[in-house]
Amino acid sequence: MRAVRGLVGLLGEVLITLGAVLLLFVGWQLWWTDVVSDADAARVVASMEANPDKDIVSPDDAVPGDAFAVVRIPRFGADFARPLYEGTTYSILQRGIGHYSGTAMPGEVGNVAMAGHRTTYGKPFNQIATLQVGDVVLVETRKRYFVYRVTGSQVVDPTQVSVVLPVPDQPDAKPTEKLLTMTSCHPEFSARQRYVVHARLDASYSRQAGIPASVLEVNG
Amino acid sequence: MSFYGWLWRVLPGPVPVKALLAVILVLAVVAVLFTWVFPAIAPYMPFNDTTVGE
Repeated sequence: MRAVRGLVGLLGEVLITLGAVLLLFVGWQLWWTDVVSDADAARVVASMEANPDKDIVSPDDAVPGDAFAVVRIPRFGADFARPLYEGTTYSILQRGIGHYSGTAMPGEVGNVAMAGHRTTYGKPFNQIATLQVGDVVLVETRKRYFVYRVTGSQVVDPTQVSVVLPVPDQPDAKPTEKLLTMTSCHPEFSARQRYVVHARLDASYSRQAGIPASVLEVNG
Repeated sequence: MSFYGWLWRVLPGPVPVKALLAVILVLAVVAVLFTWVFPAIAPYMPFNDTTVGE
Protein backbone atom coordinates (compact mmCIF):
# COMPACT_ATOMS: atom_id res chain seq x y z
CA MET A 1 0.00 0.00 0.00
CA ARG A 2 2.77 2.35 0.93
CA ALA A 3 4.63 1.48 -2.31
CA VAL A 4 1.54 2.28 -4.37
CA ARG A 5 1.11 5.62 -2.63
CA GLY A 6 4.77 6.40 -3.25
CA LEU A 7 4.47 5.62 -6.96
CA VAL A 8 1.37 7.80 -7.28
CA GLY A 9 3.27 10.63 -5.62
CA LEU A 10 6.16 10.23 -8.00
CA LEU A 11 3.78 10.16 -10.98
CA GLY A 12 2.25 13.37 -9.68
CA GLU A 13 5.66 15.02 -9.57
CA VAL A 14 6.39 13.93 -13.13
CA LEU A 15 3.06 15.31 -14.38
CA ILE A 16 3.50 18.62 -12.57
CA THR A 17 7.00 18.91 -14.03
CA LEU A 18 5.76 18.20 -17.56
CA GLY A 19 3.04 20.80 -17.12
CA ALA A 20 5.59 23.37 -16.04
CA VAL A 21 7.81 22.52 -19.03
CA LEU A 22 4.84 22.93 -21.40
CA LEU A 23 4.07 26.36 -19.94
CA LEU A 24 7.73 27.26 -20.29
CA PHE A 25 7.62 26.20 -23.95
CA VAL A 26 4.64 28.47 -24.60
CA GLY A 27 6.49 31.36 -22.94
CA TRP A 28 9.62 30.63 -24.94
CA GLN A 29 7.75 30.39 -28.25
CA LEU A 30 5.45 33.39 -27.84
CA TRP A 31 7.79 35.74 -26.01
CA TRP A 32 11.44 34.75 -26.00
CA THR A 33 11.71 34.03 -29.76
CA ASP A 34 10.38 37.57 -30.37
CA VAL A 35 12.96 39.05 -27.99
CA VAL A 36 15.84 37.23 -29.71
CA SER A 37 14.66 37.80 -33.29
CA ASP A 38 13.75 41.48 -32.77
CA ALA A 39 17.17 42.22 -31.30
CA ASP A 40 18.92 40.38 -34.14
CA ALA A 41 16.82 42.10 -36.84
CA ALA A 42 17.37 45.55 -35.30
CA ARG A 43 21.13 44.99 -35.21
CA VAL A 44 21.24 43.78 -38.82
CA VAL A 45 19.05 46.63 -40.10
CA ALA A 46 21.16 49.21 -38.24
CA SER A 47 24.37 47.95 -39.84
CA MET A 48 22.71 47.77 -43.28
CA GLU A 49 21.50 51.37 -42.99
CA ALA A 50 24.83 52.60 -41.66
CA ASN A 51 26.98 50.90 -44.32
CA PRO A 52 24.81 50.02 -47.32
CA ASP A 53 27.76 49.48 -49.61
CA LYS A 54 29.41 47.07 -47.21
CA ASP A 55 26.57 45.40 -45.31
CA ILE A 56 23.88 45.09 -47.98
CA VAL A 57 24.59 42.29 -50.44
CA SER A 58 23.78 43.20 -54.04
CA PRO A 59 20.64 41.28 -55.13
CA ASP A 60 22.60 39.76 -58.01
CA ASP A 61 25.14 38.23 -55.62
CA ALA A 62 22.74 37.09 -52.87
CA VAL A 63 23.03 33.45 -51.85
CA PRO A 64 20.70 31.84 -49.27
CA GLY A 65 21.17 33.53 -45.90
CA ASP A 66 22.40 36.87 -47.31
CA ALA A 67 20.54 40.04 -46.28
CA PHE A 68 20.08 42.00 -49.52
CA ALA A 69 17.37 44.54 -48.65
CA VAL A 70 15.54 46.28 -45.82
CA VAL A 71 11.74 46.08 -45.94
CA ARG A 72 9.70 48.94 -44.48
CA ILE A 73 5.91 48.90 -44.24
CA PRO A 74 4.57 52.19 -42.82
CA ARG A 75 1.19 50.59 -42.00
CA PHE A 76 3.00 48.33 -39.50
CA GLY A 77 4.53 51.37 -37.78
CA ALA A 78 6.87 54.22 -38.63
CA ASP A 79 9.86 52.31 -37.26
CA PHE A 80 8.99 48.95 -38.83
CA ALA A 81 12.09 47.73 -40.67
CA ARG A 82 13.21 44.14 -41.20
CA PRO A 83 16.05 42.58 -43.15
CA LEU A 84 15.09 40.68 -46.31
CA TYR A 85 17.12 37.49 -46.59
CA GLU A 86 17.61 35.28 -49.62
CA GLY A 87 15.82 31.96 -49.04
CA THR A 88 12.84 30.82 -46.98
CA THR A 89 14.24 28.01 -44.81
CA TYR A 90 13.21 27.70 -41.18
CA SER A 91 16.44 29.18 -39.84
CA ILE A 92 16.35 32.13 -42.28
CA LEU A 93 12.76 33.03 -41.37
CA GLN A 94 13.77 33.15 -37.70
CA ARG A 95 15.88 36.21 -38.54
CA GLY A 96 13.55 38.29 -40.68
CA ILE A 97 11.68 38.19 -43.97
CA GLY A 98 12.66 35.53 -46.51
CA HIS A 99 12.81 35.87 -50.30
CA TYR A 100 11.61 32.83 -52.24
CA SER A 101 14.69 31.75 -54.17
CA GLY A 102 14.23 31.93 -57.91
CA THR A 103 11.55 34.61 -57.83
CA ALA A 104 12.20 38.11 -59.18
CA MET A 105 14.52 40.53 -57.40
CA PRO A 106 13.27 44.01 -56.36
CA GLY A 107 12.57 46.19 -59.39
CA GLU A 108 12.58 43.31 -61.87
CA VAL A 109 9.71 42.27 -64.11
CA GLY A 110 7.98 39.31 -62.43
CA ASN A 111 7.02 38.65 -58.83
CA VAL A 112 9.22 39.40 -55.81
CA ALA A 113 7.91 36.73 -53.41
CA MET A 114 8.57 37.04 -49.67
CA ALA A 115 7.53 35.05 -46.59
CA GLY A 116 7.44 36.16 -42.96
CA HIS A 117 6.18 34.91 -39.61
CA ARG A 118 2.69 35.97 -38.51
CA THR A 119 3.46 34.94 -34.92
CA THR A 120 6.71 34.14 -33.08
CA TYR A 121 10.32 34.88 -34.14
CA GLY A 122 9.80 38.66 -34.28
CA LYS A 123 6.52 38.15 -36.24
CA PRO A 124 7.36 40.61 -39.07
CA PHE A 125 4.03 39.96 -40.84
CA ASN A 126 1.87 39.93 -37.70
CA GLN A 127 -0.19 42.87 -39.05
CA ILE A 128 -0.41 41.57 -42.63
CA ALA A 129 -4.22 41.45 -42.52
CA THR A 130 -4.37 45.21 -41.80
CA LEU A 131 -2.79 46.13 -45.16
CA GLN A 132 -5.11 48.07 -47.44
CA VAL A 133 -5.03 48.68 -51.18
CA GLY A 134 -2.54 51.47 -51.88
CA ASP A 135 -0.41 50.83 -48.77
CA VAL A 136 3.34 51.11 -49.31
CA VAL A 137 5.81 48.25 -49.10
CA LEU A 138 9.24 49.85 -49.34
CA VAL A 139 12.17 47.65 -50.37
CA GLU A 140 15.59 49.25 -49.88
CA THR A 141 18.43 47.58 -51.74
CA ARG A 142 22.06 48.58 -51.87
CA LYS A 143 21.54 51.11 -54.68
CA ARG A 144 17.82 51.87 -54.86
CA TYR A 145 14.53 52.28 -52.99
CA PHE A 146 11.59 50.43 -54.54
CA VAL A 147 8.09 51.58 -53.60
CA TYR A 148 5.47 48.85 -54.05
CA ARG A 149 1.80 49.51 -53.40
CA VAL A 150 -0.69 46.87 -52.24
CA THR A 151 -3.18 45.79 -54.90
CA GLY A 152 -5.08 43.10 -53.00
CA SER A 153 -5.03 40.11 -50.72
CA GLN A 154 -6.29 36.54 -50.63
CA VAL A 155 -6.42 33.55 -48.30
CA VAL A 156 -5.23 30.31 -49.90
CA ASP A 157 -4.31 26.74 -49.01
CA PRO A 158 -0.68 26.14 -47.99
CA THR A 159 -0.11 24.14 -51.20
CA GLN A 160 -1.17 26.94 -53.55
CA VAL A 161 2.29 27.82 -54.85
CA SER A 162 0.76 29.64 -57.82
CA VAL A 163 0.48 32.84 -55.75
CA VAL A 164 4.25 33.35 -56.04
CA LEU A 165 4.43 32.74 -59.81
CA PRO A 166 5.79 35.58 -62.00
CA VAL A 167 2.15 36.31 -62.87
CA PRO A 168 0.26 35.12 -59.76
CA ASP A 169 -2.20 32.27 -60.38
CA GLN A 170 -1.46 32.22 -64.15
CA PRO A 171 1.19 29.52 -64.78
CA ASP A 172 1.48 30.11 -68.53
CA ALA A 173 1.30 33.90 -68.64
CA LYS A 174 4.34 35.90 -69.70
CA PRO A 175 5.20 38.46 -66.98
CA THR A 176 5.05 42.10 -68.01
CA GLU A 177 4.47 43.78 -64.63
CA LYS A 178 6.74 44.34 -61.63
CA LEU A 179 4.92 42.67 -58.78
CA LEU A 180 5.58 41.72 -55.17
CA THR A 181 3.83 39.05 -53.09
CA MET A 182 3.97 38.44 -49.33
CA THR A 183 2.88 35.20 -47.66
CA SER A 184 2.29 34.43 -43.99
CA CYS A 185 0.31 31.91 -42.00
CA HIS A 186 -3.42 32.22 -41.48
CA PRO A 187 -5.33 32.25 -39.21
CA GLU A 188 -2.88 33.50 -36.59
CA PHE A 189 -1.29 30.66 -34.58
CA SER A 190 -2.32 28.18 -37.26
CA ALA A 191 -0.90 26.78 -40.46
CA ARG A 192 -4.24 25.80 -41.96
CA GLN A 193 -4.09 28.48 -44.65
CA ARG A 194 -1.85 31.26 -45.94
CA TYR A 195 -2.57 34.99 -45.98
CA VAL A 196 -1.29 36.44 -49.24
CA VAL A 197 -0.86 40.12 -50.15
CA HIS A 198 -0.03 41.27 -53.68
CA ALA A 199 1.56 44.61 -54.59
CA ARG A 200 2.81 46.39 -57.72
CA LEU A 201 5.86 48.60 -58.22
CA ASP A 202 4.80 52.24 -58.12
CA ALA A 203 8.10 54.15 -58.07
CA SER A 204 11.80 53.75 -57.54
CA TYR A 205 14.44 56.18 -56.27
CA SER A 206 18.21 56.11 -56.03
CA ARG A 207 19.76 56.03 -52.57
CA GLN A 208 21.31 59.47 -53.16
CA ALA A 209 17.95 60.99 -54.08
CA GLY A 210 16.21 59.52 -51.02
CA ILE A 211 12.52 58.77 -50.57
CA PRO A 212 9.86 61.51 -50.61
CA ALA A 213 8.36 61.87 -47.14
CA SER A 214 4.87 61.42 -48.60
CA VAL A 215 5.71 57.80 -49.45
CA LEU A 216 6.07 56.96 -45.75
CA GLU A 217 2.72 58.48 -44.73
CA VAL A 218 -0.11 56.12 -43.92
CA ASN A 219 -3.50 56.97 -45.38
CA GLY A 220 -6.71 56.12 -43.56
CA MET B 1 9.19 8.17 -3.05
CA SER B 2 9.64 11.72 -4.15
CA PHE B 3 12.22 13.08 -6.58
CA TYR B 4 12.02 16.63 -5.26
CA GLY B 5 12.10 15.39 -1.66
CA TRP B 6 15.21 13.37 -2.45
CA LEU B 7 16.77 16.36 -4.22
CA TRP B 8 16.13 18.61 -1.23
CA ARG B 9 17.78 16.05 1.10
CA VAL B 10 20.93 15.66 -1.02
CA LEU B 11 21.46 19.42 -1.46
CA PRO B 12 24.18 20.36 1.04
CA GLY B 13 24.24 23.09 3.64
CA PRO B 14 21.63 24.95 5.74
CA VAL B 15 18.21 25.85 4.34
CA PRO B 16 19.21 29.20 2.68
CA VAL B 17 22.06 27.47 0.84
CA LYS B 18 19.79 24.61 -0.22
CA ALA B 19 17.24 27.12 -1.53
CA LEU B 20 19.89 29.02 -3.47
CA LEU B 21 21.24 25.82 -5.00
CA ALA B 22 17.70 24.75 -5.92
CA VAL B 23 17.08 28.07 -7.71
CA ILE B 24 20.39 27.71 -9.61
CA LEU B 25 19.42 24.17 -10.65
CA VAL B 26 16.02 25.36 -11.92
CA LEU B 27 17.65 28.19 -13.90
CA ALA B 28 20.13 25.75 -15.41
CA VAL B 29 17.28 23.46 -16.54
CA VAL B 30 15.42 26.46 -18.04
CA ALA B 31 18.59 27.54 -19.86
CA VAL B 32 19.04 24.06 -21.36
CA LEU B 33 15.39 24.01 -22.46
CA PHE B 34 15.55 27.53 -23.99
CA THR B 35 18.87 26.98 -25.74
CA TRP B 36 18.63 23.46 -27.09
CA VAL B 37 15.40 21.58 -26.38
CA PHE B 38 12.74 24.12 -27.42
CA PRO B 39 14.51 25.24 -30.64
CA ALA B 40 14.71 21.56 -31.63
CA ILE B 41 10.98 21.00 -31.04
CA ALA B 42 9.68 24.27 -32.52
CA PRO B 43 9.94 23.30 -36.24
CA TYR B 44 7.28 20.64 -35.59
CA MET B 45 4.79 23.20 -34.30
CA PRO B 46 2.05 23.98 -36.83
CA PHE B 47 1.91 27.76 -36.40
CA ASN B 48 5.46 28.30 -37.63
CA ASP B 49 4.78 27.63 -41.34
CA THR B 50 4.53 30.78 -43.42
CA THR B 51 5.49 29.76 -46.94
CA VAL B 52 3.49 28.24 -49.73
CA GLY B 53 4.87 24.95 -50.96
CA GLU B 54 4.14 21.33 -51.70
